[in-house]
Amino acid sequence: MTAPRDKFGRPVVVVTGMGIMTSLGAGKADNWAKLVAGESGIRTITRFPIDGLKTTMAGTVDFVSVDPFSSTALSERMAELVTQEALEQAGIGAKADFPGPLFLAVAPVEVEWPQRRELGRDVGQLDITYDDLLRISGGGKYSAYHHRFMFGSVAAHLAETFGTKGSPISLSTACASGATSIQLGVEAIRRGETDAALCVATDGTVNPEALVRFSLLSALSTQNNPPQAASRPFSKNRDGFVMAEGAGALVLESYEAATARGAKILGVIAGCGELTDSFHRTRSSPDGKPIIGCMNKTLADAGMTPDQIDHINAHGTSTPENDKMEFNTTSAVFGELAQKIPVTSNKSMVGHTISAAGAVEAIFSLLTLEHQRIPPTINYETPDPTILFNVVGNKARDARVTAVMSNSFGFGGQNASLILTREPA
Amino acid sequence: MTDTASKPGQTEVWITGIGLATSLGEGLDANWAALQEKRINVDEKGFAPYIVHPLMPVAFDSQIPKKGDQRQMEAWQRIGTYAAGLALDSAGIKGNKDILSKIDMVVAAGGGERDLNVDSGVLTAEAKGANAPGFLNERLMSDLRPTLFLAQLSNLLAGNIAIVHGLGGTSRTFMGEEVAGADAARIALARIASGESDIALVGGSHNGERKDLLVLYEFGDFNLKDKFAPVWARKDHAGFALGSAGAFLVLESKAHAEARGAKPYAKLSSVVADLARRKQPGDMAATLEKLWAKLPKREGKGAIITGATGAEPATSEERGFLKGHADFPVRSTGTVFGHAMETQFPLGIALAALSISRGALFPPNDSTGTEIEMQGAPTQIVVVGAGHWRGEGMALVEAV
Repeated sequence: MTAPRDKFGRPVVVVTGMGIMTSLGAGKADNWAKLVAGESGIRTITRFPIDGLKTTMAGTVDFVSVDPFSSTALSERMAELVTQEALEQAGIGAKADFPGPLFLAVAPVEVEWPQRRELGRDVGQLDITYDDLLRISGGGKYSAYHHRFMFGSVAAHLAETFGTKGSPISLSTACASGATSIQLGVEAIRRGETDAALCVATDGTVNPEALVRFSLLSALSTQNNPPQAASRPFSKNRDGFVMAEGAGALVLESYEAATARGAKILGVIAGCGELTDSFHRTRSSPDGKPIIGCMNKTLADAGMTPDQIDHINAHGTSTPENDKMEFNTTSAVFGELAQKIPVTSNKSMVGHTISAAGAVEAIFSLLTLEHQRIPPTINYETPDPTILFNVVGNKARDARVTAVMSNSFGFGGQNASLILTREPA
Repeated sequence: MTDTASKPGQTEVWITGIGLATSLGEGLDANWAALQEKRINVDEKGFAPYIVHPLMPVAFDSQIPKKGDQRQMEAWQRIGTYAAGLALDSAGIKGNKDILSKIDMVVAAGGGERDLNVDSGVLTAEAKGANAPGFLNERLMSDLRPTLFLAQLSNLLAGNIAIVHGLGGTSRTFMGEEVAGADAARIALARIASGESDIALVGGSHNGERKDLLVLYEFGDFNLKDKFAPVWARKDHAGFALGSAGAFLVLESKAHAEARGAKPYAKLSSVVADLARRKQPGDMAATLEKLWAKLPKREGKGAIITGATGAEPATSEERGFLKGHADFPVRSTGTVFGHAMETQFPLGIALAALSISRGALFPPNDSTGTEIEMQGAPTQIVVVGAGHWRGEGMALVEAV
């Protein structure tokens, strides 16, 4: 490792700390062990009643408790825990004094049903309208709910806890949010605004209404039994994604700053790219051009060619449309290499952590680089004959991995890709 | 190096397009005329005792031609998609596929517009004894419109803008109330100034005519009740009146604008933002002073356009800060347009650029003397945006 700048003259951006939490467990060690062992974190939901739901399983994080419970509070707590892990590893700054900005991918925030029901009970009559709710909402009794359900509340809490600098940015690019948070950090360092950035992504939104919303869009798997077999990316009988919770945190630094303080370098964010699809709110353009463009932009940003990518950490949601589209677009970019490069989907085990997925999967990609071992895509029993990826099916595979492309595609035409490498190019 | 302030870059960044749809009307002329006439559009009855600034009705068809598209959106998205179209028109790039295919979008958004009938239906049924474990699930499965989710998702404002106006560059949505609007402008500016981007569409939209939002802000007693008063006259009757507004800007590198013969309204020289802890009185004012000091030197004829909300203690703190800069005539967008949350800061930048391009600051609209007349044409306007709860942003808009 010699180059503090990349071939375009920009500061090289490296990762010096990572923290992760998924339905598999807390922390890198536990997650990695279970991931390469092919364990599933998907289980039947116990957090709330599942009567009347078409989908009754998810990758919930049940081992973290918050009180009073809300999805936003869970998201905040998970973000806090993974950030602690990442900062401990990075050993950067001082306690509550992180020397750079925060970029937080977080699910959109709103008042949730437990709180709404509490208001309803407080109204104390049989017919309840929003005017009744309004009448009893003021006076300070519920002031904590104002803070809790501000969109900026999670970021404000993290910024105050960890002492990040400047205005923390809360962002949403739907299922690409985690990747976007990393991209914002990379850009800030490349522009020379900062030597370090904290990129966090979190999602704790397995609640009844969120589940129903995705269900009504026919996006979720309904193969509830057994829950562990529901998420089956690239399989012929895949029928939707599985909602999941999780969080990931990455400490990004310029190569120069990291080496100057003797930090251990865990990997390099060699390239980022994004491209909007204006075809439809939930569906990709049938010609796949925006996704193709996204991958090409990312390769160009990294100054790399397709033959330099030796592993793809796929978006691989297990929806009929995504996985097929991902193969077609990858083929357009990689040609025949698309059938040779080992491809895997972490979502087969941890489910789709939505706003957190881009960061969670970037961390799994970096761990893949570290261990030179590719985690499997489980439930790969009946390959889809039209998806000719070299899927790392069911069993982890040792492999020489120097550069990973990690893809994230989301509702609203959001496409983002990252290229992660072991060392600066 | 920990300063996240976007530095005025190597590249000058121009504001070449402005789109406004507000409680005063649509487009620059209607808004400017209303400001000159000191008109304010408030609804004191529809949401009584709460006061809101309702959107002046617009013909959505003119910017969102497909009814199907309009049906897929809730009001906040329609307002924003409409205002974004006006901004693209104003910049002369509507339908210009070459430019729209690469334009970078940074949108400040809230979201979550709810179906009030579904919510109150569930609560009423539960009050009347519905208590089966799956009751909520079943009602939501049967009562929620499948497409409502897409009308609630924060990033679907950007998504709808991309679909309706054919934008194919990049798209990022920032959340976090008022300061999200400042951060959207800050990041777009930094990307253009550094050469990462040539042209960007930046802004936000807000529907203030929502009881679910009133509930959220009522938790903190933030809503203005009973009687309208200018922001500076609310000290003993604090609060904000939610406003409906969409405000979008086209930001462009000078070189990109000149190459296509586009004229600037003004240049966006700097955007800075921070998060005061607001634990002690004075914390927020100190942060505003810090941001003020970070802006490039002001040597021209200056003014301040602020999004002060009327909520306390933030507004009193800000008034203290403003007193320290009394040589800058102040205008409050909150008095005139109401509080449009994520949209207030882009609205402030839009009005600053408009004032500079029209050679006059719009007249004061205030009974307390905080806002004073300004003679002559402003050449530098500082836009201030301090959130009702958290987040502080500031921008410098200058004459080209």
